[in-house]
Amino acid sequence: MREEIKGSYFIAKKDMGAYYLKPPLISWGLMLPIVFVFAFYFRNPMGIKEVVPGLIGLTLLFSCTSMAAIVITFEKRIGALERLLLAPLNFRTILLGKTLGSTLFGLMVAIVITLILIPLMGLHVKHFWAFIFIIVFSGLAFSLLGILISVGVKEVFEAMTMSNFFRFPMIFLCGVFFPVPSMPFPLSILSYLLPLTYAVDGLKHCLLEDKGMIPLYLDLLILLGFVFLLFSLSLFIFKKRIRQEF
Amino acid sequence: MDSIIRVNDLTKFYETILAVDHISFDVKEGEVFGFLGPNGAGKTTTIRMLVGLTQLSSGTAWVDGHDVTKESVEVKRTIGLVPETSNLYGELTAMENVIYQAELYGIARKERKDRALQLLEEFGLKEHQEKAFQALSRGLKRRLTIAAALIHHPKILFLDEPTTGLDVMSARGLRKLILESKKKGLTIFLTTHYIPEAETLCDRIAIIVKGKVRIIDTPESIKAQVKETEILEIGLDRVSEELKGSFLSLNGVEKVLIDENRIRFHTRRLGKITSRIVKSLGEHGAEIQSINTLGPSLEDAFVKLTGLDSELMKIDKPIKGGPES
Repeated sequence: MREEIKGSYFIAKKDMGAYYLKPPLISWGLMLPIVFVFAFYFRNPMGIKEVVPGLIGLTLLFSCTSMAAIVITFEKRIGALERLLLAPLNFRTILLGKTLGSTLFGLMVAIVITLILIPLMGLHVKHFWAFIFIIVFSGLAFSLLGILISVGVKEVFEAMTMSNFFRFPMIFLCGVFFPVPSMPFPLSILSYLLPLTYAVDGLKHCLLEDKGMIPLYLDLLILLGFVFLLFSLSLFIFKKRIRQEF
Repeated sequence: MDSIIRVNDLTKFYETILAVDHISFDVKEGEVFGFLGPNGAGKTTTIRMLVGLTQLSSGTAWVDGHDVTKESVEVKRTIGLVPETSNLYGELTAMENVIYQAELYGIARKERKDRALQLLEEFGLKEHQEKAFQALSRGLKRRLTIAAALIHHPKILFLDEPTTGLDVMSARGLRKLILESKKKGLTIFLTTHYIPEAETLCDRIAIIVKGKVRIIDTPESIKAQVKETEILEIGLDRVSEELKGSFLSLNGVEKVLIDENRIRFHTRRLGKITSRIVKSLGEHGAEIQSINTLGPSLEDAFVKLTGLDSELMKIDKPIKGGPES
């Protein structure tokens, strides 16, 4: 187990150095929420506070999935994934390493945005530890969503198309700008099936005086459930794909 | 010597295509074992099955006592693989790439840098240690990929077409490094489609064609199997057609050929006729400057044993896109 954790850590560390901590990705991670803040501020300066939890959730979603959705496909294409498969590591360790790299990057960007937005908007964190766990579980779930796409497709362009197919509808379906209960029937069902809904709901509890729609502990449990489900699914598909393609 | 790799009835199907056809062989500890065959013969597929990258369709394979299907993690600890395309990380420097390999193989932190420096020095890469992998020449990339594969002191090094795409000097340097690694006790399993490379480097060669192993033996024994006639080559101060004609009737000489100032006698009775030829040349007033005997080359043996045109072996596989190019 210790060896597995160490292996995952080294993979994550390498991915951070090789891919994540590069100007294009950092600027993409920071620019998107900043653009959204300005867009909402100019539209309704008084209501901007209401969308801060959603903006933090979106920041996490976009920064965690930005590279995660293509990292395995990309490394498969250039032959570098073979190096990982040749190392004495199991599939779980490799997948965990890839997920950790992407999650750490997402958390770094989300922390920067949170540290800017919270004092700027005069907000305070009500449930500190719950806030931390919501951020961490959401980051893991979003990274795994990206990883799931990455292991499921063959080409980098397919991965990018698929990740946009998932990400952009989530902006409107997960309570970032419109409350989920106010959505029409079929869309609200779809909302409950997406992890961003619970990330935003949990963040609303922590930042907006318990304005969430379901209890905070349920948000945490559901996000944790997404983490296990998406990891198991990604691992299953990863193993299957590698056996088919190698 | 004990066998460090044992393969029995190994077969690989890609859907309905038979890539490797019930092959069996073993590799002895400390030897350089070569898989020689044209592109598409099944060489790379065999390596990939032995290192646990590709699943076996049937048969068994053991590497250093570990079953490749059931104990793939243990197999990976024992081996190093250098694939045909140098596939380290383009964004990382030479040193970072080697250190990363050390981390993946669980080498203790205090040993990582020393071991990496030692390998970079051995492979003539020390002055390039801070250069990104993608900025290195193809020859240096190849060296670095081999250095990275040796970071965990593997017992067996698999080299898939090690010199493909390299210039003459880089290929020569690499062959020297391979032989030096062998001297240190490393078992080397290499694939190649260059017949002279197999002959220079390998202790034993398996000739593989269309997924089937045709022969496994030392280069000398393979050549001996096709040895029907020997050639006596004599260098003279002058050679004439008249001189050539005078030997055609000599009992035991099958063919006489002239190549500039050298005259070649093809015979099956070399031992018996050499003195007669030398004596006769003296009688003709020819001054002998050199005498050599020539046997069939490995290329002759390959052609004879496989029925393939040796030109087929000179065709390189197209290099895939990626950090190599």
